[in-house]
Amino acid sequence: MLSRRGLLGGLAAGAVLAPADQLIGKPRVGGRIRVAGIVASTADTIDPAKGGNSSDYMRLFLLYSGLTQYDGALRAQPGLAEAIETDDNIVWTIRLRRGVQFHNGKTLSADDVVYSLLRHKDPAVGSKVKAVAEQFASARRVGPLEVELRLTGPNPDIPIILAQAQFVIVENGRRDFSVANGTGPFVLKSFAPGIRTVVRRNPNYWKPGKPYLDEIELIAIPDELSRVNALLSGDVQMVISVSPGSVKRVKASSSHLIMETKSGLYTDLVMRQDHPLTGNPDFVLGMKHLLDRDLIKRALFRGYATIANDQPISPLDPYYNPGIPQRAFDPEKAKFYLKRSGLLGTRLPVYVSPAATQSVDMGSILQEHAAQIGLKLAVNRVPSDGYWSTHWMRHPLTFGNINQRPTTDLMFSLFFQSKATENEAAWKNSKFDRMLIEARQTRDESVRKAIYGEMQWMIHRTGGIGIPVFISLLDGYDRRVRGLQPVPLGGLMGYTFGEHVWLDA
Amino acid sequence: MSGAASASAWRGPAKLVLKRTGLALVTLVLVSAVIFTISGLLPGDAAQELLGQGATPEQIAALRQEMGLDRPAVVRYFEWLRGIALGDPGQSLVANKPVAEIISERLPNTLTLAGLTTLFSVPIAFLIGIASAVSRGKGTDRALNIATLAMVALPEFLVATIAVLVFSVKLLWLPSITIVPQDPTLWEFLRAYAMPVMVLGVGVIAQLGRMIRAAIIAELDRPYVEMARLKGVSQRRLIFRHVLPNAVGPIVNAMALSLSYLFGGAIIVETIFSYPGLASLMVNAVTSRDMPLLQACAMLFCATYLLLVLIADTVAILANPRLRQG
Repeated sequence: MLSRRGLLGGLAAGAVLAPADQLIGKPRVGGRIRVAGIVASTADTIDPAKGGNSSDYMRLFLLYSGLTQYDGALRAQPGLAEAIETDDNIVWTIRLRRGVQFHNGKTLSADDVVYSLLRHKDPAVGSKVKAVAEQFASARRVGPLEVELRLTGPNPDIPIILAQAQFVIVENGRRDFSVANGTGPFVLKSFAPGIRTVVRRNPNYWKPGKPYLDEIELIAIPDELSRVNALLSGDVQMVISVSPGSVKRVKASSSHLIMETKSGLYTDLVMRQDHPLTGNPDFVLGMKHLLDRDLIKRALFRGYATIANDQPISPLDPYYNPGIPQRAFDPEKAKFYLKRSGLLGTRLPVYVSPAATQSVDMGSILQEHAAQIGLKLAVNRVPSDGYWSTHWMRHPLTFGNINQRPTTDLMFSLFFQSKATENEAAWKNSKFDRMLIEARQTRDESVRKAIYGEMQWMIHRTGGIGIPVFISLLDGYDRRVRGLQPVPLGGLMGYTFGEHVWLDA
Repeated sequence: MSGAASASAWRGPAKLVLKRTGLALVTLVLVSAVIFTISGLLPGDAAQELLGQGATPEQIAALRQEMGLDRPAVVRYFEWLRGIALGDPGQSLVANKPVAEIISERLPNTLTLAGLTTLFSVPIAFLIGIASAVSRGKGTDRALNIATLAMVALPEFLVATIAVLVFSVKLLWLPSITIVPQDPTLWEFLRAYAMPVMVLGVGVIAQLGRMIRAAIIAELDRPYVEMARLKGVSQRRLIFRHVLPNAVGPIVNAMALSLSYLFGGAIIVETIFSYPGLASLMVNAVTSRDMPLLQACAMLFCATYLLLVLIADTVAILANPRLRQG
């Protein structure tokens, strides 16, 4: 586990994933697999700064390595950085692994890291993580393998943030991203945006013995049914994102398996606090009691979900507060609050869309329960296309869909801080904002945990969102593919499967 | 026949064809305006889609300016139209490549699929059409009628899904997605294309077969057929020498419609088989609001359609003596 003082060095750090490797047999070198993602378009990229979807992340993690990498418990483990240390959460010293080679033979040095980190701040690069990189006040070379990263303010989560796909390390001065020169487990063989990416084994990879596969072909099959069919017909050996409804089919096949990754992904009911009707605290509480969490988990997700409690930190997160009592489906209480809000009998439109996973069915369930206590909800189903830019957050009642972010701080600052552009419900709480800053500054882990715990309470009590469940990620794979383990930040090991899996003969 | 006479015989049809060509061009310009207007009505734009959910208004405004999306629509329309006329559909907003380059990567895929489907479907459609027409009202005709009507009525996604379930998932005979390996052998090539060609073929065969049947039957009722029969012309000679040449107009028209469908309308098949053709490229362009790419695809589909119809018309004019006289 990473401490603020430093990141564990050496080989022991791989331990979190290693034991299971031993359980499922000894890895075999060789073989080729084809993997199907969901997204393929002309915007496909091998420029880390531009990576914006699951297929991009998979591609980036095949070709490049980060300074740190995630383990199965949302902690940072050493990657290209042997150690990351700080005394004040502001000035970080990054010590690099010795003798790491880029695909073109060049040796990794501090200059590459400085360039890779700072290029995100350059507006001309068009980085997806520019906002995150704004906190890098400076990065400079201290020695051939040592970089000093200075932040604009304290942030204890830097090691975890640096494990994101966009922060993988490129070579100093690299501008042309029609080819990929990384330090990752695989070397680019061919890349056709929107069609396929083929990579072959990097014999000089810095992790001894890895990777195992000779070649990986990454394609995309956007249609879920076709994706599952391609898996079952043996045309691909791994698919990301199987819907709960298809699990039975995959499990019925004797040669295929499903991996469930519990995650912090959620679809939530968004009640705008800046609207006179939905901003009524009694209305918000009433609606939260009207969410039939058990039914949603059972019927919509076939059990592949974790009951949530109207706050965004999932039980997987080290800072999760288990002390908040679970809010249950309670029509009586809901009726009491809704009556007090004076909104019973009013007709309220709620916007749902296939873009927000299962929101269409959640909306219908909610409508049904609301009708029984005298609240009229009009469910408006709108298409996926354009939903996020034209409907989400634009009406008093909509559904959102939020992917788990790597740190508690990011979840809070992106979606709940008063000034955040994606503060879905326009929930403003100055005490919450102050506590967010306080948690960044404290150097005492238990204090931070207490602050984050209290912040979860605040959202649970007064926040403008209702979160019924955390949705599990489901991937399908050929039984012969070994070495897969859940990493909660995304499907197929948080998109990093490449270096971990092997093919059993 | 003297040279002058033959020249005047050709003047009529030439004028007609020229007129049709002119009309097609006017149509294309009108269509361009419609495409531009409709694509402008889509909610959101490329800047928003590219920057995603978390973008600030300033970021979006900056990118819009960089992409030139902040200029008035009329200005953008005429600039684009000028580009299209000169053969340059512009730069993709998303891929940072010329639209022409992106399309030229996908065009061979679409042409291959359309070509193979045509090669597979047209002979079968002729066989069905002729067999059905000749045995009009008898058992063969009725059986073929039921079959083709059923084929027309079956939606493509259903045929495709069932075909995948049977041939790929259950029997493991054919791949469920169409990935053509680099430098394929003939066998690999045919195996890869078998499913999409079959699925596309179902609809084309049925429609075309029925049109051919109708066209031939219309001719069979004409007096000249009876005359030929009385003169003792064999059935085979009657169909191929006398009837088919006369029915060529409607048949070529039906073929043009089918082909233009194969060119731009294979979206369901492309989606189900994950095949990188033009139709899925266009859908891609819609979701990413890559207007230059979207508009170029739409124009290309329209132009192809108009061209095919023009060819069909020309063939019909040349085949029909009355039209030929102008």
